[in-house]
Amino acid sequence: METLLLFAPLAGALIAGFGWRAIGETAAMWVATGLLFFSALLSWIVFLTFDGITETIQILRWIESGTLATDWAIRLDRLTAVMLIVVTSVSALVHLYSFGYMAHDENFREGEAYKARFFAYLSLFTFAMLMLVTADNLVQLFFGWEGVGLASYLLIGFYYRKPSANAAAIKAFVVNRVGDFGFALGIFAIFFLVDSVRFEDVFAAAPTIAETQITFLWGSWNAAELVAVLLFIGAMGKSAQLLLHTWLPDAMEGPTPVSALIHAATMVTAGVFLVCRMSPVMEFAPNAMTFVTWLGAATAFFAATVGLVQTDIKRVIAYSTCSQLGYMFVAAGVGAYPVAMYHLLTHAFFKAMLFLGAGSVIHGMHHEQDMRNYGGLRAKFPYTFWAMLIGTLAITGVGIPAVLFTLGGVPIGFAGFLSKDAVVESAYAGAGGVPFWLLVIAALLTSFYSWRLMFLTFWGKPRGDKHTHAHAHESPAVMTVPLGVLAVGSVLAGMIWYNAFFGHTDSVAKFFGMPYAEAEAEGGEEAYGYVFAGEPGQGALYMAPENTVIADAHAVPKWVKVSPFFAMLIGLGLAWLFYIRDPAIPKRLAESQRPLYLFLLNKWYFDELYEFVFVRPARGVARTLWKRGDGAVIDGTINGVSMGAIPWLTRLAGRAQTGYIFSYAFWMVVGIVAMITWMTLTGGAR
Amino acid sequence: MDNLLSIVTFTPAIAAAILAVFLRGDDEAARNNARWLALIATTATFLVSLFILFQFDPADTGFQMVEEAEWIFGLTYKVGVDGISVLFVLLTTFIMPLTIAASWHVTERVKEYMIAFLVLETLMIGVFVALDLVLFYLFFEAGLIPMFLIIGIWGGKERIYAAFKFFLYTFLGSVLMLVAMVAMYVDAGTTDIAALLRHQFASETLDLWGLQIIGGAQTLMFLAFFASFAVKMPMWPVHTWLPDAHVQAPTAGSVVLAAILLKMGGYGFLRFSLPMFPVGADVIAPLILWLSAIAVVYTSLVALAQEDMKKLIAYSSVAHMGFVTMGIFAANQQGLDGAIFQMISHGFISGALFLCVGVIYDRMHTREIEAYGGLVNRMPAYAAVFMLFTMANVGLPGTSGFIGEFLTMMGAFQVNTWVTAVAATGVILSAAYALWLYRRVVLGDLIKASLKSISDMDRREKAIFAPFVVMTLLLGVYPALVTDIIGPSVAALVEGYDTALAQHDAASMVAAAEEAAQ
Repeated sequence: METLLLFAPLAGALIAGFGWRAIGETAAMWVATGLLFFSALLSWIVFLTFDGITETIQILRWIESGTLATDWAIRLDRLTAVMLIVVTSVSALVHLYSFGYMAHDENFREGEAYKARFFAYLSLFTFAMLMLVTADNLVQLFFGWEGVGLASYLLIGFYYRKPSANAAAIKAFVVNRVGDFGFALGIFAIFFLVDSVRFEDVFAAAPTIAETQITFLWGSWNAAELVAVLLFIGAMGKSAQLLLHTWLPDAMEGPTPVSALIHAATMVTAGVFLVCRMSPVMEFAPNAMTFVTWLGAATAFFAATVGLVQTDIKRVIAYSTCSQLGYMFVAAGVGAYPVAMYHLLTHAFFKAMLFLGAGSVIHGMHHEQDMRNYGGLRAKFPYTFWAMLIGTLAITGVGIPAVLFTLGGVPIGFAGFLSKDAVVESAYAGAGGVPFWLLVIAALLTSFYSWRLMFLTFWGKPRGDKHTHAHAHESPAVMTVPLGVLAVGSVLAGMIWYNAFFGHTDSVAKFFGMPYAEAEAEGGEEAYGYVFAGEPGQGALYMAPENTVIADAHAVPKWVKVSPFFAMLIGLGLAWLFYIRDPAIPKRLAESQRPLYLFLLNKWYFDELYEFVFVRPARGVARTLWKRGDGAVIDGTINGVSMGAIPWLTRLAGRAQTGYIFSYAFWMVVGIVAMITWMTLTGGAR
Repeated sequence: MDNLLSIVTFTPAIAAAILAVFLRGDDEAARNNARWLALIATTATFLVSLFILFQFDPADTGFQMVEEAEWIFGLTYKVGVDGISVLFVLLTTFIMPLTIAASWHVTERVKEYMIAFLVLETLMIGVFVALDLVLFYLFFEAGLIPMFLIIGIWGGKERIYAAFKFFLYTFLGSVLMLVAMVAMYVDAGTTDIAALLRHQFASETLDLWGLQIIGGAQTLMFLAFFASFAVKMPMWPVHTWLPDAHVQAPTAGSVVLAAILLKMGGYGFLRFSLPMFPVGADVIAPLILWLSAIAVVYTSLVALAQEDMKKLIAYSSVAHMGFVTMGIFAANQQGLDGAIFQMISHGFISGALFLCVGVIYDRMHTREIEAYGGLVNRMPAYAAVFMLFTMANVGLPGTSGFIGEFLTMMGAFQVNTWVTAVAATGVILSAAYALWLYRRVVLGDLIKASLKSISDMDRREKAIFAPFVVMTLLLGVYPALVTDIIGPSVAALVEGYDTALAQHDAASMVAAAEEAAQ
């Protein structure tokens, strides 16, 4: 069943990509979509019937060289099962949604066939993503990793006539490759240390790795720390963390369903998945994990500040994604891997919905993406409005603070409320101080820019082109139904799986198949009574016995627990003040704080900095090496030596040119004879 | 069939002889005859060569299907294959029919053209099967002549400069190799490669005019062979003949050059340098590893700046060969497996890329990147094929390009992390230049008037690409097809290499101890 659900999307991609001429575009689209729903159905069956015991399914041999042996194989554990439902569910819904969104695309001319190709790419992406999450070794994971990169490249550049789309596609691929550079080195290091790249062997060897020193470049490092950092560099690229984040906002050049599937719900979370997957190694690399925590927190804050001033609706959500990914990394960084996965899961629902909702508005507004030209769209887009509202309530974290009321231990609130609070509490328990405060401030900013988006789009008076507004229309059912499904997820996902991801130690351990034991009762600290007691490699995640961050997170002071909630309220209030009560404030503020405004509007000038530091020097060096290096120095030297000979020979050859083949053949024979003679005379022969 | 290898080697030459002797006239019928004969001969060669694969026993790490006979001037004709060479033979026989098919529209001196390619095929196969030093040298050097003619006669505007550059660079490198071969004969008393592989060449430190040469005679011989193979690879900084040769060569010439001729240097390292002069190799290896890493970065950067499609792909080839030398001189199982895999895979990928250039060159008669843009609008099939090979070229997992790069870097990492890290940046740069090329040629709107009526690939072109597509994907998904065959021989090579080094170290320690005792 696992194999079937894995390859169904590939079959869909091949049929839609190559078979559409034979069966027609619409049929091809239905085949791809049908197979995806089939795959999603199987995924849910696998998830719900999964018994917590890790199993491996071999499919085919892959790279074998000496002691290196990798297979195409499926590793099924809880982590995989969670990712399966996230990937296939969102993908299936996005396939369906695309029937409406891609129906009449202005980027293509009358009669041009593009829809089947789009579906083929979507399915191809899904296949690669599934390969990534089901991998039983690092190399197959890397296959999926690069495969989703390819699909992302193809889909960002889907409107191949647009120069901006083509540029964004290349940027996405190349920046990701910078991350892959680290990832690949990490794999090499692991093979060097463990003599295997299979997760099972790597996990089992984790404690040994932690006690090994490895020489890498200029220094000698703790092996576990080095491996963790190298792998995390890969994760930074894929998950658009600070320094390698620049591709994600540009990736919005792709069609909106792509943004929802790839650049919000699934691919960009692969980095978080990687860190969680490698938890047995990460647990032994405290310094690397501190780095992960700080970088995640910095990204959450940075992206949220940039999101404040963007006017393109998709870019706001893109920065929001970047920021939420930072939250997940903070959770992973403090060792609360289940919490990172929790936020990954809930985020997939509400962020996919926000994107699809934005797509619905863009679709109905004739591909207008600038929020300054929206306004008052509530009436025109009733379903979309409700969906977006639920999404906003989810991402900003609306719920009843657990301090006030819980239902059987489970707080009541939208999905993002529960998971974000879990992250913030873990951050306080695991890192405290600066990362915690960065996340709380980011929560405030999240609330502000999310409500700003809502107010600018659905409230107020229509702005911009009257014609566009007059023709604005709600999207067809194929687009609103997926929104509805995701809305259900955005409301309920947090509460349903609260205990599984962020419950007491024993319920989390049970869910992830991790061994646990009763804690020795010492004071009130171990109020929950259990600690993790597994060896690395047992269960889907590894949390060291001394890793009590989840239990500690439940025991944080009350003011910590309610701080995200108040941050959310303040953000909402400010947004209301700025965009409903007195819409002149933003403008005044932008003028009085012009440098700050420009700094944020230009995304902290990262693109300009990179252009100046990397791109232009690379071009200059390239030209210099070519013209001076190859041309003047190398050719100059070598030709200089033989320049006496060449003109002479050229003249000779010029004469030979005019001759017949006979003369060439003659010279060929002469040459061979000369060489044989030479050999014979100099004693080369017996 | 006892003389299978000879049949495979000389079938093309016989066809060439038939063409030369019996084909008269230069009308369309005669040209067609020449084309068909060449195609049939190369296809037959390929089909027969499959029997080599069936008969080959990977578990046997020695030479198989050996043929030995007396020859002129007291020389010996001896051929055979082992796990290291057998796939190169198949690569050659696989590529040649496709290059003939790709040359279907050549109209100038068709008969001679086909003869040149057929002779070239015999000589190339000969290099990979030769088990006698002299025989090897003859095939190795004679191969230059048809290639020289192919570039010089059917090439572009500056073909003469390129042809001579090609010839002189590669030939001058070989002169030193010849000297070393003589020395080997003097030392070992045989030209039999199998015997030479067993022979131990002196490795005691030499004192040459006050210059201490660690590794002694082995180091000197290694350097002499290195001069030849490094140019052939080509390695930085003696690579500059390659872009010129590629640019001027006709499409089929470029394909053969990139797919097969470049592999001779790598094959030479594996057949001679590493197993025969292990101590010398060990002494020079750090330098070669660095040259390889520099090659990857340097030529990838240069590729970024190119304005000519073929030149760009040629520089990309040099970069990929950098991974090969890096893998070889990592001298461990992963490095060597990766190097051989990379050479085979590069044969398909670069061959296909040059064919991709050929497809649009045939239509527009220019290789200038600037002259193109937006081809996807009128050439969707071409765009898809070009995309696949672009991705294979940047080493996307799932294509054969990944396996070789990955294994060579994995092998090198165990030896030198600096080199690996520097070479790994090539992974970033290759994505940059390859996708940038693809964007400028294929993507965008079709604006240029000259391209408005360009046509997509026809059936013949699609049929030529199909085998390349299949092999690139097949080897990417199931590389065991290659690694199963090369694995045992490579393991034996690595073991022999390590043993020789260990013996040398032990001997040096004994010598040092004796010296200390005195």
